[in-house]
Amino acid sequence: MKKRYGFLMSMVLAAGTLLSACGASDDATGDGDKKEDSFKVAMVTDTGGVDDKSFNQSAWEGLQEFGNENDLKEKEGYTYVQSDAQSDYRPNLNNLVRQDFDLVFGIGFLMQEDIKKVAEQQKDAQFALVDSVVDLDNVASITFKEHQGSFLVGLVAGLQTKTNKVGFIGGVESELIKKFENGFKAGVLTANPNAEIFQQYAGDFNDAAKGTTIAATLYGKGADVIYHAAGGTGAGVFTEAINRKKNGEDVWVIGVDRDQHAEGIYDQDANKSVTLTSMVKRVDTAVFEVSKLTMEGNFPGGEIVEFGLEEDGVGIAPTTDNVSEEALKMVEEYKEKIVAGEVEVPKTDDEFASFNK
Amino acid sequence: MDLMQILGIIIPTAIFAAAPLILTALGGVFSERSGVVNIGLEGLMMMGAFVGAVFTFYGETWGFGGASPWFSFVVAILLGAIFSLLHAVASITFRADQVVSGVALNFLAAGLTIFLVKKIFDAGQTPYLNERIFKSDVPILSDIPIIGPLLFGKAYVTSYVAIALAVVVWFVIYKTPFGLRLRSVGEHPMAADTMGINVTKMRYIAVMLSGAFAGLGGAVYATSISGNFTHSTIAGQGFMALAAMIFGKWHPLGALGAALFFGLAQSLSITGQQIPFLKEIPYVFLLISPYVLTILALAGFVGRADAPKAIGKPYEKGKR
Repeated sequence: MKKRYGFLMSMVLAAGTLLSACGASDDATGDGDKKEDSFKVAMVTDTGGVDDKSFNQSAWEGLQEFGNENDLKEKEGYTYVQSDAQSDYRPNLNNLVRQDFDLVFGIGFLMQEDIKKVAEQQKDAQFALVDSVVDLDNVASITFKEHQGSFLVGLVAGLQTKTNKVGFIGGVESELIKKFENGFKAGVLTANPNAEIFQQYAGDFNDAAKGTTIAATLYGKGADVIYHAAGGTGAGVFTEAINRKKNGEDVWVIGVDRDQHAEGIYDQDANKSVTLTSMVKRVDTAVFEVSKLTMEGNFPGGEIVEFGLEEDGVGIAPTTDNVSEEALKMVEEYKEKIVAGEVEVPKTDDEFASFNK
Repeated sequence: MDLMQILGIIIPTAIFAAAPLILTALGGVFSERSGVVNIGLEGLMMMGAFVGAVFTFYGETWGFGGASPWFSFVVAILLGAIFSLLHAVASITFRADQVVSGVALNFLAAGLTIFLVKKIFDAGQTPYLNERIFKSDVPILSDIPIIGPLLFGKAYVTSYVAIALAVVVWFVIYKTPFGLRLRSVGEHPMAADTMGINVTKMRYIAVMLSGAFAGLGGAVYATSISGNFTHSTIAGQGFMALAAMIFGKWHPLGALGAALFFGLAQSLSITGQQIPFLKEIPYVFLLISPYVLTILALAGFVGRADAPKAIGKPYEKGKR
């Protein structure tokens, strides 16, 4: 008796699966049949998701703004697909291409290989990759001059450190994060040639516990300002700094990608934050601009579109409660110098070595 | 950097990283001592971290203020115990394979927590918590010269709670009638049954206790270390706790020692880069050191690990 029920059960389940599969394919063909006149744009997040309080969120904000401006409908005209693991990148990209999106953004340098593979197979589709470069005609590569923004926050750190020791915590050691590191170091030493800089890479973008431990180590060694370029690992840096601030130590964190003032709040009522300032990277601006170019028929395929200080692609955060007048002035001064080309900010270790001579 | 300064960095971070592991490993001791394998510790911890983050957040809005993390601990303990019932029902009453039902618990927790977070907050993660467990000096003890600041200065209260609980659990398992029954059920359930011990009831209690402890461990992790709950908040800590329990030979104090050892190894692997002498060692070696040390310790120093005899076997009344 029991066995028969089991068999029945599995039959029902199997039938259910089959039928639901039918449903899905119906939907898919339905979508494909629709004649698409209007421009459609989509993005694939990396494992962070569109509410990561970092660049995925920023990219999505840019896309939403673009959608609103052009009266596109969410889900139809513009949308995003969340990746839960690195193995999701390729299916997600393929999926969007099959749904006839005119432009598909891949957010984050971790997606480089997958964009390349998919773009080679889907020659007619158009892709844009944020934070890395793929040399194919149907891929636009969007990069930022993070070293310039990092240089500016480095100036602030150099001027406002009291112990003359500052720290840098990176996510995964790579060409990209090196730009943050070297720009920052150059900024610190420009403002304060006597400063000592500690640096460490966590080897992970999503390990808050590790961030806490590294921050504890660097603060323990005497650093009073830490700049993190470590995504979710950076959350741990804030935890440690808030803890120390509550115990009366005078420590600061410099945020990354977005204005991270809110992450560092340790006194809700007085709106006091351990965030000294943040290096903002306007992924939203970049996504918006590239979408616009593509809609106008000027898809920058095969090119590297670079956003720096000049294009307002990087800079320091609008919240400047904790930044001194002197530092703000210096930031303005160097901003002009960098835009004018008088100061060349280093981005690799070699360039930093020659900068520091 | 002098020695004191180095120790001042390593030891507090070791204790801090160990607390969630200690709690979860203690849960594992209860369950496995009664003869039920609990691979589901990871999932239970995930549930605990989720509950810890959500209820601390709502505790803040409901006006619990600084007590909200503690409030969330109570809820996490209760919900952890309830969630572990799934494992208990499947593996004890229905005599399913204990490993399989534990794995099911892990998968269920991973999906369910993220699903609920999306439903509740309409986002992939909970907001950052304002009220957390913060570091503070332990009164009096932190004034002891030399070891005071190392062991009791700027530390999380939860770490000491975890260590104290390890002693309590040791007392319960080895010095009370309840503990004796628990162990007898795990060693020889039929003999226990003949002596009038209700095997099913004992095992249910043990599994629910493991859920309660793992839930607490997860909540402590969310409120002291990560400060919010995301899909990657609990990534492997439950399995490390499981390893700590085995490393500690299914003994509460052994598990405590093993968890502290893991914490120390991890803290060394991270802080080592900033410490003279250790700095000269290539980074990769420092990174793998916790795992290598664990293998060495398991292979060389611990000796034979004696699991409870009836572990993993469902008990059927009257079957020989």
